[in-house]
Amino acid sequence: MIEFHNVHKTYTVGKREIPALHPSRLTIEGGQIFGLIGHSGAGKSTLLRLINRLEEPSGGRIVVDGEDITALDGEGLRRFRQRVGMIFQHFNLLSSKTVADNVGMPLKLAGELSRREIEARVAELLARVGLSDHAKKYPAQLSGGQKQRVGIARALATRPKILLCDEATSALDPQTTGQVLQLLAEINRELRLTVVLITHEMDVIRRVCDRVAVMDAGTVVEEGPVADVFLHPQHPTTQRFVLEAEQVDEHEQRDDFAHVPGRILRLTFQGDSTYAPLLGTVARQTGVDYSILAGRIDRIKDVPYGQLTLALTGGDVEAALDCFRAADVHLEVLR
Amino acid sequence: MDASFASLVQNIDWAEIWLATLDTLLMLGGSLLFTVLLGLPLGVLLFLTGPRQLFEQKGVYALLSLLVNVLRSLPFIILLIVMIPFTVLITGTSLGVAGAIPPLVVGATPFFARLVETALREVDRGIIEATQAMGATTRQIVLNALLPEARPGIIAATTVTAITLVSYTAMAGVVGAGGLGDLAIRFGYQRFQTDVMVVTVILLLILVQVLQTVGDRLVVHFSRK
Repeated sequence: MIEFHNVHKTYTVGKREIPALHPSRLTIEGGQIFGLIGHSGAGKSTLLRLINRLEEPSGGRIVVDGEDITALDGEGLRRFRQRVGMIFQHFNLLSSKTVADNVGMPLKLAGELSRREIEARVAELLARVGLSDHAKKYPAQLSGGQKQRVGIARALATRPKILLCDEATSALDPQTTGQVLQLLAEINRELRLTVVLITHEMDVIRRVCDRVAVMDAGTVVEEGPVADVFLHPQHPTTQRFVLEAEQVDEHEQRDDFAHVPGRILRLTFQGDSTYAPLLGTVARQTGVDYSILAGRIDRIKDVPYGQLTLALTGGDVEAALDCFRAADVHLEVLR
Repeated sequence: MDASFASLVQNIDWAEIWLATLDTLLMLGGSLLFTVLLGLPLGVLLFLTGPRQLFEQKGVYALLSLLVNVLRSLPFIILLIVMIPFTVLITGTSLGVAGAIPPLVVGATPFFARLVETALREVDRGIIEATQAMGATTRQIVLNALLPEARPGIIAATTVTAITLVSYTAMAGVVGAGGLGDLAIRFGYQRFQTDVMVVTVILLLILVQVLQTVGDRLVVHFSRK
């Protein structure tokens, strides 16, 4: 578990003080994949780097599994960092070392294992990320996705409890992004590892995260389970991110509904209710007709969801609304 | 044909040329070795204490930087003479090859250190960050990340320094160190023996060419990008 207690960070440039992170409280439960989303300059990168003290906090306390890591220095800080893996947008692999030597580097630096033990561990890690055939290659000979998998293997070498991901998929194409996210999700499940990832893409959050915090101008403006934040965004910044992910302009769409007759409502299904034949049942029982104006059916991590905007005409509309309220769905009446 | 060639090179004493070549190589080898041994740590120190670096120390950096700049702005021929007492102190003589090496090292070390500093700055900051995130000490960062990553740049710096040293050795004749450059000045220039001048210059050219080629090959060999 990672806890931020009133942590803040201010950069001093010349004589000016620039706040990068306003006093923040945040708790990241162990074993989760926690997403931090924000535009560049929102402070997400600062927040991430505070966790392994690549950035020094200007004040406040950061507690990891009960240990105040803001109090650590020298040897203590280095030991702590060995228990936190990190992967980067631009991979940051050493171009002068082979894939195997890159992966083995944290172990070599920690100096606790013999050469033979390091070799065995490296072989195991490369097998885990599917790169056993590339051990002797240099990073320049690999594709972007392969480089990031080397980065992941390297980050896992010391069997850390926490994995920090700094825009880990932002430099990758969509297909490779999917593979890397899948690998992160597998690792999180198998190793019970806490993953903190930052991104500017809501889609990344939707596909792998359990919880998400939305950052804007150095402040966490919204935080919660991904499904809640994604399906019912409250803060304007969050709403913008969700719209970007959907690639639809909802305002435009709402104008289109102006000439549609009847009541307009939005239904949100989650989990098993997504596949229940609710619309047909309600239509038969109450005699309403429905037309679907907009909709999406997809998955948030492993949970299916559906969100439909409907127009109801004819029949007993109020009774239909009651049926929807009674069912296992979230109802918003838009008009 | 043979006769005409012999008349072209009538002033040349090949034994002398051979000795001079040997002296040049000795001066070059000896001074390059010590220049790298001293300049590499100095360059690392310049880099680490520099602005926004791992060990940022404004005072130390300013002092080292000033020292380097002072030594680099001193003409080598003056350094050669100014250093005579110091040279006697460490080598026991101010003459010959041994007498030339200390001023050559003092002349080339600041130059090499600056090139090393520049090569280290070329290393992606992300690599340093990643190594820090592994829990590395500053010493480990330098030895395991910075130097290996900067190796091609440092080899290129060594090549440039070696070639600069070749031209410095030409002036070492002032302290009687001999060498090809000295031969070119004393016989070729001062006694108008054009053939000696041409032969020594050709030999120096070959030396520089070989150094550059070997250096470039090594840079390519160690570049994994």
